[in-house]
Formats: sequence, structure tokens, C-alpha cells
Amino acid sequence: MTTLTTEADAPGPDRPGDGDAFLSVRDLYVHFATEDGTVKAVDGLSFDVARGRTLGIVGESGSGKSVTNLAVLGLHNPRSTEVAGEILLDGQQLIGAREKTLETLRGNKMAMIFQDPLTALSPYYTVGRQIAEPFRKHTGASKREARLRAIEMLDKVGIPHPQSRVDDYPHQFSGGMRQRAMIAMALVCDPDLLIADEPTTALDVTVQAQILDLLKDLQQEFGSAIVFITHDLGVIADIADDILVMYSGRAVERGAVREVLRAPQHPYTWGLLTSMPRLTGDVGEELSPIHGTPPSLLAPPPGCPFHPRCAFTDEVAGDRSCHRDRPAPPAGRGAACHLTAEQKHTFFTEQIKPRLS
Amino acid sequence: MLRFLLRRSLGALVILLVISAVTFFLFYAVPRDPAMLACGKNCTPDALAVIRKNMGIDEPVPVQYWHFMVGIFAGRDFAQGACPAPCFGYSFATQDPVWQTILDRFPTTVSLTLGGAVVFLVVGLGAGMIAAWKRGTVVDKVFSSASLVLSSMQIYFVGPLVLALVVYQLDLLDQPKYVPLTEDPAGWFLGLLIPWLVVQIIFTANYTRLSRSSLIEQLQEDHVRTARAKGMSGRFVFFRYAWRGSLIPIVTIFGVDLGSLFGGAMITEWTFSLPGLGTLAVDSVRNTDLPMVMGVMLFAATFIILFNILVDAAYAFIDPRVRLS
Ligand SMILES: Nc1ncnc2c1ncn2[C@@H]1O[C@H](COP(=O)(O)OP(=O)(O)OP(=O)(O)O)[C@@H](O)[C@H]1O
Ligand SMILES: [Mg+2]
Repeated sequence: MTTLTTEADAPGPDRPGDGDAFLSVRDLYVHFATEDGTVKAVDGLSFDVARGRTLGIVGESGSGKSVTNLAVLGLHNPRSTEVAGEILLDGQQLIGAREKTLETLRGNKMAMIFQDPLTALSPYYTVGRQIAEPFRKHTGASKREARLRAIEMLDKVGIPHPQSRVDDYPHQFSGGMRQRAMIAMALVCDPDLLIADEPTTALDVTVQAQILDLLKDLQQEFGSAIVFITHDLGVIADIADDILVMYSGRAVERGAVREVLRAPQHPYTWGLLTSMPRLTGDVGEELSPIHGTPPSLLAPPPGCPFHPRCAFTDEVAGDRSCHRDRPAPPAGRGAACHLTAEQKHTFFTEQIKPRLS
Repeated sequence: MLRFLLRRSLGALVILLVISAVTFFLFYAVPRDPAMLACGKNCTPDALAVIRKNMGIDEPVPVQYWHFMVGIFAGRDFAQGACPAPCFGYSFATQDPVWQTILDRFPTTVSLTLGGAVVFLVVGLGAGMIAAWKRGTVVDKVFSSASLVLSSMQIYFVGPLVLALVVYQLDLLDQPKYVPLTEDPAGWFLGLLIPWLVVQIIFTANYTRLSRSSLIEQLQEDHVRTARAKGMSGRFVFFRYAWRGSLIPIVTIFGVDLGSLFGGAMITEWTFSLPGLGTLAVDSVRNTDLPMVMGVMLFAATFIILFNILVDAAYAFIDPRVRLS
């Protein structure tokens, strides 16, 4: 789905097999051993991201977005977590890679911006030092050089007076500034893959827009691949090229952003769209949240994990059953749903679309 | 920082004043007459009156308290002789000047406390770090269960046991005693070795548990994960990020422990018959010895408060979010 467009080509020689994804996740399983049993947080997930492209991952809380991306960085506790499948970064298999190898990649070739900038920065060290640390480690720069680099990065992400702010502690920054500092830290080694886990959720709308612009600019400059996690379809529409809708640790729908937002195919995506407030809507207009609660990850329902909350299960004809058969994950553009293509089209245009405009 | 210290010192004075008043007035709430005790069996009313006067307890309690407090700052005259500031009076029981007695006893307590503290801090924190680093492994399980068992031991149980073994059975060391460090360093060391080790066992176990649990808590912090996401090595993250945060609860407890140990490790001193502040405190209460009780109480309280202030000052060094102003 995410083919490499020529103008977004990354700098440097491309590997053979040009057009391949930079990050390629195949059949990823992340299972946690807990006292209550095995939590299947990610259950057979595949996606690709190419250089210079942005993949938006949406899904409600607990759908496995963060767990997926922590797996890409190899940050799960190996003692209690079972990770299986394939994670290829620039062709290199990361699952089962040695910790030393991963250390040289983290913060360098792949970097992550975390969900909550208040807790994700250490309160004990200055912002500048925390930004400089990975730079020194990965480039072997001296203390002085790394400090200058930290100042440069703070400037780049739009922190005023970076020369003096570099010596501040995170608690002396505002929420938006902390998030920028987080971004500066993630970008300090010009990573080829940037994973942003809800980088704007905690921020107000203006700051959010600034941060999104910042990420877009940086992507233009470095041609990085970005994975952008969010609850907010509006943000996805703004920043992403492709979209992956996750439900219960699986992909339920994939495709280019415009296609998915124009003609979504999965009842869960429909639910996400109709439950989203719109500026153009009436003030008194009722939102329709998705009924029910996310399924248990300990004992997921058989068949389609969404079927207990789905309004269309009775429409599925033939010998397939939402209660029994697990729908195949979407390959390329598509949705993991037993409804036929015509049904999806009809239901969306007749029942859902009128509620969206 | 200076303002912080000033403010805290003033607060400390107020607390000490309250403690002194409460102790003083509570003492008289106890239905025991120190003069009666001093007077002995064949006591005549006249003798009792003289003793009362000499003890300075013939006046109303608030007046006595006032004299006592003035004495601390300005000195006071007694039948036994002049008593320069800081004057806590003379012991009812032994007639010794209280302040001098405290000063005589203090080195024993300090030696006992510091010697023990150095070991239990180093060994306890070290063991806790090893357990946290290897958490979930056999090493961790051994350390954790050993420290659980040891920390539920009591000094008055382990102490005599060790004495029986090391001193009486194997004859490796003499009965513990205090020899001033300045007189005989080797004697000082050998004399206190057994008490140190015994205090050690229990405190080390506590500090092992504390350090392990607070490190493991820190290792689950988001910012520790961020550091790993930056590519920092597990070791670097452990020592630089997790360890720093784990110090706060440790410093807190250490301050409390050290403060109260400086005021007298009663059980340890009593177990090993060491003449420190702890035994002095116990004896003075037993003897209804008001000046001594007051002296030891205030002395001990001063240390507890002092270490409290030090702990708060240490926070400021460990955690930049704590501002001292
Ligand atoms: N270490 C762990 N042990 C057990 N379960 C875990 C662990 N980490 C995550 N989970 C579970 O995995 C599921 C997915 O969590 P994840 O953090 O990926 O959700 P998310 O999609 O990022 O949600 P949010 O939008 O709220 O951030 C959750 O149900 C969570 O409880
Ligand atoms: Mg998350």
C-alpha cells in the first residue's frame, strides 16, 4: 500500500528491492504472561511504512497501539512478554536481535516520542543533558558538541532562548515545551523511523497544530518514516498518508487516508467516524458512541473480535459467521470483515454517510 | 538554602520547646515523688523538705519549668554548686551534672551508630541493587527471602545468641565494651564489633528490601523506558536514571534511623550493656530522675529534628523539583 514516491525518496543509496517498506511488521504477536492468564495485546498484526511516509494508527484505548510500537523498539520485558512474528527495519530482523544491536538502533535509526511528556522525561536531569545523551552515545560526540547539538535541536523544535533553556529541568517547562523537548530528543540523531505515540493528546489545539507542522517539516527535511498513533481521526487526516485502524490487537482496516476516510469499509471505523464531534455539526447534535466495551484480551471472543458490538452481524450471508470465523486481516486496502464489498458500500452510503455530513 | 535552614531551625526550636514542656509536665503527672525516693526509708518531714529544696522541686511546677528553661540558656546555681549554661541541673539519682553525663555517654552512642550505619548502608544498598538488577532470578529470590527473615529478627534475640556463640563458646572476642577511639583504636574496633554486626544484620535486611523495592519501582517509571528508547544501555539506565530516583525513600528512612539512633539505641545498648545514651535514658526514667530525663529527651529530640532538616536538604540535591525557599 505505501509505495515509495520518487520525490519523497530518502537521501542516500537505496537498498535493492527499492519500493520496499522501511519498516515492515509481519504477523506480529505480543503476549503478556500475567497472573490472570495470557494477555493477547497484539494478535497477528501486519503493516508497512516507507521512507518519507506517515502511517497513522487509530483505535480505542487498549487496542494495542503502544504495545505494538514498544515491540518495534524491543522495549518489552522479555521475561514476561512473548513477541513473535517479523519486524524488519530496513531489512534487518529486530525480533530476537541482540540487546546490544537494538541499543545501537534505538534513538539512532528508530526513535520514539512517548505519550506523556511529563512522566517520560526524567525529573532529575536537565532537558539539555537528556537530549545530548543519545547524541553522544550514537555519534561519539564530545560533551561540548553534544550540548551545542541539544541547543540546536531545541531551537529547531521552537523553544525560545534555547541557550538558557537547555539547562532547565523538565518541570521548568510547560506541557507543550516538554513535548517539543521530547521531540528534540527523539530527533537528535536524525532517525529514519520516528514513532510518535499520541504526541499531541495532552496539548491544546494550537500547540497541537504547531507540533504537527513541526513533524511535517522535519519529515520533509529528513525523509523519515513516521508512525503516528492517535485517537483522533482529525489529526490522522491532517498528517498521515496511510491509516491502520486497530481493534483488539488486530488490524481491522487499512488503506490510504483519503480512501479510508471517504469510503471506510469496517463497521468499527464507521463507529469511530460517527462518534467523532465535528465543527460543522449542530451544537445539539447527538454523537453516537460505539456500544459496548472493548473485548477482553485474556479471552477474546471467537470469530470476529468486534462482533459483540457490531450492528451488522445478521447481514452476513453464506456459510461465514461473525460468531465463529475470524475474518482475514486486510491485505493492502481493505477491512477485516465478513460483509461483501457491495454490502459495505451500501451500508456506508445509506446508513452512515448521512450521519457524517 | 540559607533561608530554608533558618526557617527550619526556628521551627526546630519551637518543637523542642513543646517537647520540653510536655515532658516536664507529664513527669509531674506521674504519682511518684522523687524527693520521697531520695529520702529513703527513715524519712522525716524536715529531711524531706530539705531534699525538696535542694532538688528545686519545692516550687510550683510552672515556676520550676521556668527556672529549668532559663538554666539551659543562662546557667543556674544549685546546692551542689554553680551550673554553667547549658544547664540541665544535677541528676536526682547520682548527683552528677546532667550535661556532662550526656557528653560522657554520647561517644559510645555515636561510635555504635556510625559504625553500624556505614556497614548497613553500604551492604544493604548494595544487596538491594543486586537483587533489583537480577530481579525475578534465583539471586533475587535468595536475597529477598533472606532479608525478609533477617528483618523480622530482634536485636535482643540475635544479640545474646551471637554473644553466646562468639564470646562464650568460641572465645573469639571479649564481651563488648566501649573504649574511646582516641585511646585505643583497635580496642574500640574490637569492643564494638559484635554490636555493629548484630545491629547491622537487622538494618541491612531492611535497607536491602527498601532499596530493592524502590529501585524496581523506579525501573517501571516512564522516564526509565524513555532512556532505554534512546539507546542507553541497561546498566547506564539502571545506575543513572533508576538509582537516582530510588534514593529519595532511602534517604528519608536513613535520616529517621540515624536521628533516632543518635538519641540512643536503647535495645542494642541494653543488650550489650554499653553505657550510651539509650541506657542512660532508660535508667533516668526508672529512677524518676527529672533533670536527666529532660536532658536526654531534649538531646535525642534535637538529633531527630536535625536529621529531619538534613533529609529535606538532601532532597533538594537529589530532586531538582524540590525547591528550598
Ligand atoms: N506489560 C503489560 N502486561 C500486561 N498487559 C499489558 C502490558 N502492557 C500493556 N498491556 C495491555 O495491553 C493492552 C494494549 O495496551 P496499549 O498500551 O497498547 O493500548 P493503547 O492502544 O496504546 O491504548 P491508549 O490509547 O490508551 O494508549 C491493554 O489492555 C493493556 O492493559
Ligand atoms: Mg498508548
